[in-house]
Amino acid sequence: MNGLLVLPIAIPLVVATLALLFRRSSVMQRWIGVAGMLVLLVSVAILFRDVYVDGIQVLQLGNWQAPFGITLVADLLSMLMLAISAIMGLIIAVYSIYDIDKERERYGYYPLLHILLMGVNGSFLTGDIFNMYVWFEVMLIASFILLALGNSKNQLQGALKYVIINLFSSLLFLFGVAMLYGMTGTLNMADLAMRLPEVENTGLVTTVAMIFMVSFGVKAAIFPLFFWLPASYHTPPVAISAVFGGLLTKVGVYALIRVFTLLFTQDIGYTHTILLWVAGFTMVTGVLGAASHFEFRKILSFHIVSQIGYMIMGLAFNTALGLMGAIFYVLHNILAKSNLFLISGIAQRLTGTFELKQMGGLYKHYPILATLFLISAFALAGFPPLSGFWAKLSLVKAGLSIEAYVITAVAILVGLLTLFSMTKIWMTAFWAAVPEIGVPDHFGKMPLFGAGNLYIMVVPVMVVAGLIILVGFYAQPLLEVCLDAAEQLLNPSVYIEAVLGPQ
Amino acid sequence: MNSLILHTATRLMIGIIVLFSLFLFFRGHDEPGGGFIGGLVGAGAFTLYAIAFGSEATRAILRIDPITLIALGLVSLVISGIIPMFTFEPFLTGKWLFLELGESEFKLSTPLIFDIGVYLCVLGFILAVIFSLEEVK
Amino acid sequence: METILPILAGAIFASGVYLLLRQSVILTIIGIILISNAVNLALFSLGRITTENPPLIASGSVIPELPFANPLPQALILTAIVIGFGLLAFALALAYRSYKELGTVDQDTMLKDAEDTSSAIVTDSENNEKRNA
Repeated sequence: MNGLLVLPIAIPLVVATLALLFRRSSVMQRWIGVAGMLVLLVSVAILFRDVYVDGIQVLQLGNWQAPFGITLVADLLSMLMLAISAIMGLIIAVYSIYDIDKERERYGYYPLLHILLMGVNGSFLTGDIFNMYVWFEVMLIASFILLALGNSKNQLQGALKYVIINLFSSLLFLFGVAMLYGMTGTLNMADLAMRLPEVENTGLVTTVAMIFMVSFGVKAAIFPLFFWLPASYHTPPVAISAVFGGLLTKVGVYALIRVFTLLFTQDIGYTHTILLWVAGFTMVTGVLGAASHFEFRKILSFHIVSQIGYMIMGLAFNTALGLMGAIFYVLHNILAKSNLFLISGIAQRLTGTFELKQMGGLYKHYPILATLFLISAFALAGFPPLSGFWAKLSLVKAGLSIEAYVITAVAILVGLLTLFSMTKIWMTAFWAAVPEIGVPDHFGKMPLFGAGNLYIMVVPVMVVAGLIILVGFYAQPLLEVCLDAAEQLLNPSVYIEAVLGPQ
Repeated sequence: MNSLILHTATRLMIGIIVLFSLFLFFRGHDEPGGGFIGGLVGAGAFTLYAIAFGSEATRAILRIDPITLIALGLVSLVISGIIPMFTFEPFLTGKWLFLELGESEFKLSTPLIFDIGVYLCVLGFILAVIFSLEEVK
Repeated sequence: METILPILAGAIFASGVYLLLRQSVILTIIGIILISNAVNLALFSLGRITTENPPLIASGSVIPELPFANPLPQALILTAIVIGFGLLAFALALAYRSYKELGTVDQDTMLKDAEDTSSAIVTDSENNEKRNA
């Protein structure tokens, strides 16, 4: 029993409430937002220590004992995800100070951002499958509004696609939950893990597993369910794109990892083979989609899809090494991907556009920005010694160790194609000459630091780039934690015992 | 809406409906009722007023912005959750205080605070939706 | 009841999917409403339908009178209904805003021409520059 476990959910709720009460003052809202994220980060750090030292932590909400009440469970995977979401939350809260306009602040940007984070943290912590549905909805409703806030034409178009497909996938999720309840009479995930192997109708269990795969697959944007993502993620302001691109799809990946290691392990030969095929197609289609586009954020959106493929691949291997690679990949990808989105925002501020063909000369006038882009882009493509290299290396190693040569070859090839897209951005936006028409007057004159306050956007990007380098050079400790997390996942009895007590 | 019957009836009804919503609210927990249904009925009263006299007049008699109502509701939800944490019990554990007032017994509890929060949130949410739909032209 | 409810849920789900595939955004949203009701109905019937005592504890006793009905599916459905209510209110408002902004409810014409993405953001940055000036 660890009472602190509620903090990652309660703090964003309190902060959102405060921001709502002070909604007339945008200065207050900004400071509350940043301070709230700091407090959240500290509380997650304390919890991380508890979980790392003392093992899985459990809290029975309202003192209703499992499996009857709602249980919060923090294992190493949850804590790693919570830690990265708290770090990104802080980065985004600072970045938003400059990026988000007064209109959006007045209509509740900050409260929504914190409610979104509450939903994300709740999904990571909950040990109850219906409660996970509720947290998904909390997260979704906040993301719907963030996406549509501002009411511009293409935002509404993007929001419509996003809302309808996500509503449908949530209903599928709920239907899956209903089936599980009908079969086993319980909703607690640890209890489900014990009872599912006893269900006689194994075909039905596999059917439910597929319902969950489709539902979470829509949220994680895997092949062939990803089409909504590139159609909507490039429409809102950059800070929102970065949260969505960094965190939201990864919640889907987390849910997939959780249910396919804890609940649906009866028919691995069937479900995990499908996952492996899906992973391969996701990687390839995503990266090819990115190659065909010339809008900064659309390229990044397609890369989200392609990177999800790597994570699913690690999950489909179902070995400690594969899961370690998948978890490490999630962490690395949240850093690198969000950072690229944030950089695209700075580039847009300077050049006035997201269209690569109308950009140019960023390297000549802003070498620091160019360096930051190179660090993140090379990390994404998997260059040594940056974080992406270790992520890809561990996945490739995992693939070779179980002799899955084809998918490993695909993964390496997709890494090369990722590099191609990144080079495309580098060549046109950074290296090419400044275009003759359509460049705003302040281009080249507006400094990154000093007048114009652009440093509010640049400093968070530098921090994330620093983290990427740090993870790259000191990968070993983090890899070890990821391996511990993977071993916990492959040995569900520890999880079950922590929740339900010794069996 | 410009109808004399509706205007007169609304003025008479609104107090009764609000009273009924409070009745439903306090009846809750042991018997059917509670914050959610109470809040819905309360919102119904103000919605009726908004139909009869327009949203501006309704804002005037409500005196408090619906969004602030939601925020206050969330505050009391959080308070009801935090109270048991002072005695090192998990978040949201129900704590009860029984007061003997002459003949009758009066129960104060954290679920009551939670229910007040639900009432305010539901009332605020529905009114915010109704007002913004009414004010969009 | 055990046989009627699943068939009903299936029929509603099928009608919902049919509406989901129609051209008009409004019909799509109505389709989502139908599917959400079908799922709630499925959740209800998967929780086993029986004729038993209400799960209320009479004063003086500790457990309800046996055999009592399972209250959990109803609690779950209530939660799902409330969430669905909020989401649908939002979806309808969004469809209305889109209709006002784009002038049509036909999905093909509505969702086309989303290519020019830079203009909206640029005006935002202009706002910002004014603010920071």
